[in-house]
Parts: sequence; C-alpha cells; structure tokens
Amino acid sequence: MAEILIEGVSKVFADGTEAVHEVDLQIPDGKLMVLVGPSGCGKTTVLRMVAGLEDLTGGRIVIDGRVVNEVPPGERDVAMVFQNYALYPHMTVYQNMALSLKIRKLKKEEMNRRVEEAARVLHLEDLLGKRPRELSGGQRQRVAMGRAIVREPQAFLMDEPLSNLDAKLRVQMRAEILRIQQDLGVTTIYVTHDQTEAMTLGDLVAVMKKGFLQQVADPQELFAHPVNLFVAGFIGSPAMNVVEATLSGTDDGMFAEFGGHRLAVPDEVVAERPALASYRGGTVILGIRPEAMEDAALVSAPGPDSRFPVTVDLREDMGSDVYLHFTVEAPPVYTEDTKELAADVDEKALEELHAQATERRSAFTARTSPETRARVGGAMEIWVDTRKLYFFDPESGESIYGEREPASSGAAASVTSA
Amino acid sequence: MRTVEAPERIEAPPEIEPQPKVTRYRARRISYKVLMYILLLGLCGFILLPVGWMFTAALKPDLEPVFTPTPEWFPTTFWEWGNFHRVLTESMPFLRYMINSTIIVVACIIGELIACSLVGFAFARLRFRGSKVLFYILIVTMLIPWQALMIPQFLLFVKLGWYGTYLPIIVPSFTGTAFFIFLMRQYMRTIPKDLDDAARVDGLNTWQIFWRIILPLSTPVLTVCAVFTFLWNWNDLLRPLIYLDSDEKFTVAMGLANLVTRADTPWNLTMAANLVSILPCVIVYFFVQKKLIGGIASVGLKG
Repeated sequence: MAEILIEGVSKVFADGTEAVHEVDLQIPDGKLMVLVGPSGCGKTTVLRMVAGLEDLTGGRIVIDGRVVNEVPPGERDVAMVFQNYALYPHMTVYQNMALSLKIRKLKKEEMNRRVEEAARVLHLEDLLGKRPRELSGGQRQRVAMGRAIVREPQAFLMDEPLSNLDAKLRVQMRAEILRIQQDLGVTTIYVTHDQTEAMTLGDLVAVMKKGFLQQVADPQELFAHPVNLFVAGFIGSPAMNVVEATLSGTDDGMFAEFGGHRLAVPDEVVAERPALASYRGGTVILGIRPEAMEDAALVSAPGPDSRFPVTVDLREDMGSDVYLHFTVEAPPVYTEDTKELAADVDEKALEELHAQATERRSAFTARTSPETRARVGGAMEIWVDTRKLYFFDPESGESIYGEREPASSGAAASVTSA
Repeated sequence: MRTVEAPERIEAPPEIEPQPKVTRYRARRISYKVLMYILLLGLCGFILLPVGWMFTAALKPDLEPVFTPTPEWFPTTFWEWGNFHRVLTESMPFLRYMINSTIIVVACIIGELIACSLVGFAFARLRFRGSKVLFYILIVTMLIPWQALMIPQFLLFVKLGWYGTYLPIIVPSFTGTAFFIFLMRQYMRTIPKDLDDAARVDGLNTWQIFWRIILPLSTPVLTVCAVFTFLWNWNDLLRPLIYLDSDEKFTVAMGLANLVTRADTPWNLTMAANLVSILPCVIVYFFVQKKLIGGIASVGLKG
C-alpha cells in the first residue's frame, strides 16, 4: 500500500502530439482515484506512465516515496487490469494468475495459497483449469482482476476494465471492484470515460480534457462546484443545461434573462459568488442542472421569477422520474468545451449543437417527478430551483465564484474548487 | 429510443404434412451425400493411380518389364517384398540415406525455428534504430535466386574446409530464411500488444515475453515453417549434390537420382526406394495436417 504522487507529468509522443500536459495528482494511500474524460484526453497515457509502459517526457512519478521514472514496470510493484483483459490465451486461469508469482520465484505453496485465495474472493475456484477462450466476458474480467490481486501490489491500475461488459454485468462488477478495493485497501487509479462509473467508484475524481487536468475533487464536490463549463457539462447525467444569459437588476435583486425568460438570482447565490456582481449588465453562461427543475404545477409555492413556460418536445419515462425535453429560444453555448462534450457523445450530437447555434435555440432537459402531467406538444411551466444556478464566464468558461479572474486562464486550471 | 418495425407479412401457418415430405427430404440429402462420396472416392483413386503403379512396379522381380504397354495396376501377379529389404540395406544403402536426410532435416528445422522466431520477434516487437531499413533489406534478399549465390557460397564453404560435410547444408539454416522471418514477423504482429504490456507489468523481461508468451502463441506459424523446411530439405537434391562427396553421407534425394541416372536403372528397386522416401512426408503430413492448414490460413499463405 502506498501513496502515489504524479508531479508535473507530461507526455509528448514521437509524432509531436502532446497527450498529457503537466499533470499533478496525489492519490492518498488506500484511496481510489478515477481519471475520467472524453476519449483522447490523456487519461490512459497517465495510467500507462504510472505502470511504466510509457516513458515520461517531463515530471516524475513517486510510488511510496520512491521515484519510479526509470524503474521497469515489473519492479514498480503495481498491478494492471487492461480494457480487453489481456489474458494469456495459451495458459489456464491458474497459470494466468500465477505467472507473475512464478517470475518472482515465489514458493509453490505460497503461490497456490495466493491464487486460491484470489479465486475464492472472485468465485473462480471451478475455472482454474480452464483457458480464457472457454470463459464468458464477466469471467475473463474476474480473472484479470485475480491476476492483479495475487500480486498483493502497492497499487492497482485499471484501464477501463468494465467497458467490454454489457450494462447489467458492468453494474455488478462495478460493485465487486469497489468491494475488493475497499477490502484490500490498495491504492487504485481507475481510468474510465463513463462519468457514472467515475462518480460511483471514486474517492476522488480527476477530470481531464485534451491532456490537461481540469479538476480533482470528491464526486459530490465535483458535482456541486465544478471549476468550469467542461467539468460541469461532463459530470452529471443528463448533462447540465447551459445557455447564454444576461445579468440584470439593481442592488436589491439580480436576474438572469435568456430567451425572453427571467429567473431571479437569490441573494444567497449572489453572496456565495462575489465575482458575479461584476458581470451585471453583461452576459454570462447560465447553467441549470436537470435535477434543479420541476413541473411548476407540482411545486406548492413557487417563488416569483422562478418559472418559465415551455412546450414539451419529448417525454422520457424513467420510472422513478421523467425526463422532459424542450427548447429555449436563446443561443446555446457554442465553445470549444461544449463542442468537445458534444463530440464525446457522438457525431450527431455535435451536428445538433451546430444546428442549434445557427438557429439560436437551445435544447433543455428537465428531470421531473413522475407525477407530471406534461405531454409532448403540450404547454407547461417549468420551475427552477434558483438556489442551484451555476454561472460561467462566457470567455474562459471558468465558473464564477470568487474574485473575477483574468479571462486568459483557459483550460489550464487544475484547481480543486473552493 | 426504440422503433418497432411492422412485421413484413405474417406467413400462413405451414400446412401439416404427414411423413412423406420429411422422408423425401432426407432421402434427397442422403443421395446427395452418397454422390459426393462416390465422386471423392473416384478422385482419390485417380490421384493414387501413380502411387499404385509404383507399388506394383516395386513388387516386380528384377527381369520383369516395368513399362508394359498397358500400365499394370492392382491386382499384381508379383509379390517380391524382398525388393524393399534390398533397397534399404543390401544393394543400396537407402536406410543409411534416410538417416542422413533425417539428420540434415532435423538440424535444419531446429536452426530455422530458432533463428527465424528470434529475428521475427525482433522485427515484430522491438523498436530499434534502422529496424525498418533492415526489414526492407530482408525482403529484398528474397528476390535473389539461390542459384546466384551458389558459386560464392561454394567457394566460401570450401575455404572454411566444410566441403564433404553436412555443415554447408545445415549452418545456413541457423542464419534464418528471409521468407520464414517475414512469416513469423507478420504472425507475431497479430498477437495483441496488450499481452506484452500485461507481461511486462507482471515482471517479465523481453526474453521471457518471447519465450513464455509470444513463442507458445506462435505454434501455427512455427509448424508451417517446420513443415516447409522439412519438405524442402528432404527433397533437396542440388545442395547435397554440390557439397557431399562420399556415398555414406548421401541423402535420399541423391540416392534416387543416382538410381535413375544409371544406365541400367533397376526400376523395381527405384520404385521401392521412391515409396520408402515419400513415407516420412506422408507421416509428417498425417500428424500435423490440422495444425498446418490452420497455420497456413492464419499466416495468409495459399496455394
């Protein structure tokens, strides 16, 4: 067990692409840190550098107080679980799990003990004599985990270990991984592009974008106080609704206006964000989480300026709640961040965002109670919990909290938010 | 979202027909099978025709004419089994020749497998300066016909004092064959790199990755190379002819050639020798055919 320090680590590949830019991370002993971000954000490269499979261009990696930059992978005392499991096809499950111990010349009895122990934990006892191709996806995944566990390493490194499983199995294995990690208390770095996985697994979550670290925080903090538009849009499902809005008002009240609608910004929100005052009379990016909205008909005492009328485009019944999709006649936020987020969903989402930008309309999603009577094509009023509004600088995409920052800070921020 | 497609057209329930249809279908399938078997057996017979003729000829006594106006096939009237004995030990030392050929073939296979798998692994997996250029040079050497190298090689081996020994035939195998190296490299490149990474994290060094991971996974291509080496060397006449000078070192191919080129070729013994010499090829093929066909398919070889 060990603390892992990643200090100013950079990676430039031979072809000149910079995959990772001066990333600093500290993974406390026994904690699970999730690296999350869209594909190509450099998260896997960071993991491979910790494993020793990739050389560092700059910075250093410290495991348990030892700088491991020049230490070969096998001597770093870390175990890795690969996305496609990377089980040795010509070896049995037992041999797969025992190989690393054999290389370390462990005594036969100790080797057997460890493999059997791992097999017991992972319910693999009956499969020890089988070869990987005879196993199902879930079983292979377990063997890959087993191969890591028998090492009793200082750290687990997991590279999207669940992405090849079907949805149901993924949820099951996710819980399994969490249980094993907590039982063993091994420091773990877990890479995924799935924000749900990141939120449910991580003691700490590090969000990356294009090689830059955006924010490191525990899941709740990340959700409540994202440092910028990118993190806000990436964390949470359905994603946060964002729209360009004008801040107006006098000293006794502040309002956010967009698409002919007006929302009052409560004093407590203004107080929490001193920098917001300097945006008065100008534009900001307003963020509203789907969870912060409700069918106004179901809210007993909606305050003034907390509602706006909409026409429902689509209704999705999820059982526990209902997703209502509607359009707001205000230009969407069309920046590098939102484009990156849309592109991460798929090509279509990016085209859709582009179409919205040209037509100056924004698609919104609200997550309402299942009791809503809203129907497609029908008019209704949406209530917004205005205490849960988010504001971002339209230039930099940074969250507006404290003092107004110079607009140039861009994506390089790696601040744990206040 | 899910879209539900309308069913194309609901088909009328199949009419319940009694047994006849089923049996008719089965009968058709069986007759098709029978026809196929007859056809294939016919083809087999056609291909085995010359072998059968060889066998008939091999069993004839010395003075019986072999090339009769109508070729003789089974059943033959002669059963001179002693011909095989004579060929193997008495008049011609074919047993000796076979042992010699075996020594050469086994040594060549060992050499090729060691050299080609190592070099192929290096080209497939190791990153080193000039690896691409070296690989292209290797490919180009495949274009040089062996005959062009015959004389320089001969001079070299004579200078080394290897003339009259097996060394000029065996040693070049230990330097690999461009074609096999190419095959190995191509095959090894199809083995996922993640396995190397996993092995590296497991603590294996490059040699151990080769020995414990890559090599065991390369058995199909190793089989292909071994079988081809076996066939080429077992049937090779030219090189042994150039380098070997004494009867007790001759190979099977040389023994056969010597029989045929004699003025008074004893055809019955020649055919017996032929049969004996193709036996190892048949046995090898029999045992490795599954692996071989799989291997050939997997390395993308045809024909």
